[in-house]
Amino acid sequence: MPDTLTPHSNVRQFHPRARAALENPQIRANFRKAMDGLMDKRRTAFAEWDLETLRTLGANIRQQALANLPDLLEQLEKTLTTNGIQVHWARSSDEACEVIRDICVARGAKRVIKGKSMVSEEMELNHYLEEQGIEALESDLGEYIVQLAEETPSHIIMPAIHKNTGEISDLLHAKTGTDRSHDVNYLTASARQQLREKFMQADVGISGVNFAVAETGTLCLVENEGNGRMTTTVPPCHIAVTGIEKVVGTLDDAAALLALLTRSATGQHITTYFNMISRPRQPEEFDGPEAVHLVLVDNGRSSIYQDDELLDTLRCIRCGACMNHCPVYTRIGGHAYGTTYPGPIGKILMPHLLGLDDTRHLPSASSLCGACGEVCPVRIPIPDLLVRLRRESVDGDRVHDSRMRGHGLKRSTWEALAWRGWQWLHVRPMFYRLGTALGARLRKLQPGKAGAWTRYRTSPKLAARTLHQQLRERQAGTTGVTRTPQQGTSQ
Amino acid sequence: MSARDDILNALRSRRDGAISAPAPDFTVVTERPWNAAEKLDRFQRMIESVHGEVHRVDEDNWVDTVAELLKKRGVRNLLAPRKHPVGQALRESENPDMPELLSYDQTIEHWQPTLFNEVEAGITSTRGAIAETGSLILWPSADEPRLMSLVPPIHIAVLEADQIFATFQETLSLQHWSRGMPTNALLVSGPSKTADIEQTLAYGVHGPKELIVLVIEG
Repeated sequence: MPDTLTPHSNVRQFHPRARAALENPQIRANFRKAMDGLMDKRRTAFAEWDLETLRTLGANIRQQALANLPDLLEQLEKTLTTNGIQVHWARSSDEACEVIRDICVARGAKRVIKGKSMVSEEMELNHYLEEQGIEALESDLGEYIVQLAEETPSHIIMPAIHKNTGEISDLLHAKTGTDRSHDVNYLTASARQQLREKFMQADVGISGVNFAVAETGTLCLVENEGNGRMTTTVPPCHIAVTGIEKVVGTLDDAAALLALLTRSATGQHITTYFNMISRPRQPEEFDGPEAVHLVLVDNGRSSIYQDDELLDTLRCIRCGACMNHCPVYTRIGGHAYGTTYPGPIGKILMPHLLGLDDTRHLPSASSLCGACGEVCPVRIPIPDLLVRLRRESVDGDRVHDSRMRGHGLKRSTWEALAWRGWQWLHVRPMFYRLGTALGARLRKLQPGKAGAWTRYRTSPKLAARTLHQQLRERQAGTTGVTRTPQQGTSQ
Repeated sequence: MSARDDILNALRSRRDGAISAPAPDFTVVTERPWNAAEKLDRFQRMIESVHGEVHRVDEDNWVDTVAELLKKRGVRNLLAPRKHPVGQALRESENPDMPELLSYDQTIEHWQPTLFNEVEAGITSTRGAIAETGSLILWPSADEPRLMSLVPPIHIAVLEADQIFATFQETLSLQHWSRGMPTNALLVSGPSKTADIEQTLAYGVHGPKELIVLVIEG
């Protein structure tokens, strides 16, 4: 594997990064505060809704879109083309970057302004464009802060959530000369001023897409700041980039998913702007880009698509509710994962994009508490998928084939042997009893340390008497062992 | 083979075969029993909760309300449509407090610095509003271009009270959006905002700092 320190290759360093984050009180405080607030807001936003029925609707809309995915993509291409929007296809991140470079080069574009797009993070597009001599500037305030800090987003909706006001004030002062201040209004106004200049100078605007509507050829963008509208309106050329799974059939589908998306993400009934783009500037119109492009990116999605169970991953509408509710994410923050998408959705998505070999630590970085699956607006069974990935990473199933790239890399001969022994013992009652009795006798010899398991836990001890022995004694009425619940719990 | 064909072929030759998908039931997002007064009240409550300012006005006094609101803010100019009745009414007004009225009558390339640096407020009509979420419906046009409601620090929107729909779904169906979408359609719910700095709300980060809605009743 290449040794270069791209954000993606950091994923192998999950354990040291998680430990460092756990020991950083600033990071823990920032995330705790933010996630507590977001969980509250989501609960309030759904208070007047039949949420379970709404989630079923969301899941069915996404499932139906996936069931018709190739047809919808062709329909989308046709309606967009009729509307005057040019459609491009890219098998991989690299190919998508090249498509965008070619559009920029053909226009002689040197300056790109960007709206928020997680797919472009996945592609490491900014880095690529800089290498080609094209300046790419983020305009979403959070993304702008993260870019100035030369970091990556730590949350898919709130990229700079890991920083507090003081840190941001210092950063803006150092990088842009803004006066130091803890007044958020002042810091925001100063960023507005600087970015407005950049909007006016930009040759190309690049944005993501929340929903691409096949029936009308419409690109929908969800945002609060207005930078998305600026990006898609002010520069003479707009390039939208999206994963192939973002297509839906109808405007009704998009509207229903919108109701779930904003409430799940930030607890808003709706965002400030829902921006629907269907055409480039028409001859009689006075603003808007003269050229609009859509780049449809596969990058591993068509391989997720092959498997009935893994397919559910593609229902995701990128709301971030799973990370907001995740006890692991809240404690270690987004950067510890070292992946574009952090948290529960990242743990089931990134192994497909990078291979299970590089991402082997992610599926096991979960307590399987189930919160992510309970809040997912499109009912992705994230805990089940984590278990599936764990199984694939050790090839631990003789009934189902492992299908993912890099599967089986965590399989250890010793572990496999130990489980074989366990299995052997458990189907032979006599040997099982002998074994447990022997274990109880020799319990003093049991090691107190068991590697990573006991780093934060005490080692489990075998009981002095086996369950079989205890039950025999109980039936004989010799002692008072666990005869009543009170006695049982006092042990 | 092209990327397009490769991707579509991979999707069409799916290993696990056809995907089953239950038909979506939209009842949960459509059934809202609100009457006209309830819709207006809800619209107002929702948009005010996100920092929008609402004034209920009459057909014959709304122009004076515009003049008064802008005078109070010390606004010196207002970008207004040329052809739409909203723009015409403002242009016919003899109210001495009315600020200078500007027109968006050339392509953005010709006056970008002026629009970005000197225009202090913009006023647009709306195609109605959505009660459930407190959202204004805007379809920008040659008369009311896309940047009119975005770049000036204050956006005033004129809404007819009888054009408030219960839900987005109802709007889509009653206004037949799927029959033909404009270049750009927008739902606007409050002024531009961000919470990207430590979750503290700040308004006017890229778009208007203030959103004022004039609801014309009767």
